[in-house]
Amino acid sequence: MMFLLTSVIQTAAAQTKYFSKSGKISFYSKAPLEDIEAHNFRAVTVFDATSGQIEFSVLMKGFEFEKAKMQEHFNENYVESNKYPKAVFMGNIQNINDLTLEKDGVYTVQVSGSLTLHGVTKPQHAQAVFTVKNGAISAVSDLTILVADYHIKIPALVADKIGKWVKIVIHVPSYGPLGSKSNG
Amino acid sequence: MHNFNGMKKIVTISVCMTWLLPVMSQESMLKGIEDSLPERQKVTAAFKSTRVINAHSMEMLAKGNLDFRILHRFGRINSGVKQWFGLDDATMRMAFEYGMTDRVMVGVGRSTYRKEIDVFSKTSILQQSTGLKSSPFSLLLALGAMWWTGQAFDTIKPKSSDRTSYYVQLIAGRKFSEFFSFQLSPILVHRNRVYNLNEENTVFALGAGARYKLSKRLAITVDYHHSLNELPSINTDPLSVGVDIETGGHVFQLHFSNAVGMNERAYITETTESFFNGDIRFGFNLSRIFTLHKKKQ
Repeated sequence: MMFLLTSVIQTAAAQTKYFSKSGKISFYSKAPLEDIEAHNFRAVTVFDATSGQIEFSVLMKGFEFEKAKMQEHFNENYVESNKYPKAVFMGNIQNINDLTLEKDGVYTVQVSGSLTLHGVTKPQHAQAVFTVKNGAISAVSDLTILVADYHIKIPALVADKIGKWVKIVIHVPSYGPLGSKSNG
Repeated sequence: MHNFNGMKKIVTISVCMTWLLPVMSQESMLKGIEDSLPERQKVTAAFKSTRVINAHSMEMLAKGNLDFRILHRFGRINSGVKQWFGLDDATMRMAFEYGMTDRVMVGVGRSTYRKEIDVFSKTSILQQSTGLKSSPFSLLLALGAMWWTGQAFDTIKPKSSDRTSYYVQLIAGRKFSEFFSFQLSPILVHRNRVYNLNEENTVFALGAGARYKLSKRLAITVDYHHSLNELPSINTDPLSVGVDIETGGHVFQLHFSNAVGMNERAYITETTESFFNGDIRFGFNLSRIFTLHKKKQ
């Protein structure tokens, strides 16, 4: 029994990369005339617990809006999803040594990297919270970006409907060891 | 990975490559984790509106969307300054169209000309898409009926069934690129009764519609129907050329056309003027979409 337990822990320790294909990425725009939110439940993400490298990739067309026309305009007129199908974040968890995946707990980490969206890459920094509970790893984070930074133009006509700043909320319900198929 | 296919493949691949290069140079860990074959994605927004100009386009209303449409057709521009180049004359159609599901929409409209009521349904049979189970084009079926309620011009009012007509139309279209979409739309219009001995009760016509996007919110459209079994001396082919302007919640379709009618019976079987002889009219369609049923999140 003791031997079995040790071997499980050892496998976990040897495993350094964790991934998920069901990260949730939401964004929120607040403007005087309209609040907009959209959700994408299929963000692909991976992080390396040894090096701290962390990445996210999301298909722009996978963002779901409550109004169909908003979704169409988002893809057609703003982020130009045919030209730029994905948004990608590549970064590093700076204090990766503070994150002890073998031990249950709530860990606050600092993530720095670059977000590529609409063909434009800009540095971003965010605080993220990793939670380890009974060995299951989840993570949440948020950041706010300036729409104009990504060369997304908001015509004057709709300026009261679309916020200049957009808040992005990231929630990865479950990171699994890379190579495992159990985490869809 | 990308939304074009077929003809545009080479362009697409090169666009993808240039986009991917900076990412790959950083040795992404995501490589191999992301699906190589992306899920099926609908090719959307081939046209800005559910009509090219007069004809049904390959676009559908989304479920729960109500489209309130106001259409105007003015008099002939060549009627001169006394008629203010046709703007003194106007006929209109008002319509409510609704997306029952993402694949079925229905509509009801009324035109001032002949006080004619029209109802229709449009069903998406095949949706152009990429990825798994992709389809290179969209196929739709439109069915409609029209019933005029106005007094006949110089005769006693015909009975109800004689004032009724029907149509069935197939729409096959493809968004070839971000900018260019094209569709063919054969149509059969049946009138229960015609008032000219030389006219056919059933008219076949082949429609063609195209859209070319000039910018994100501006596009040029062309809408044409060629009658296959009616004499050109009785009816001419309706041709309309216009621009679509999208302003967020509204789409304005401004155009020049030789057709007066705003339903299928009227523009297919009752266009008598010639576009190239200068019998052109200004007209517009205004479309305002209301989201009555929001998508659950």
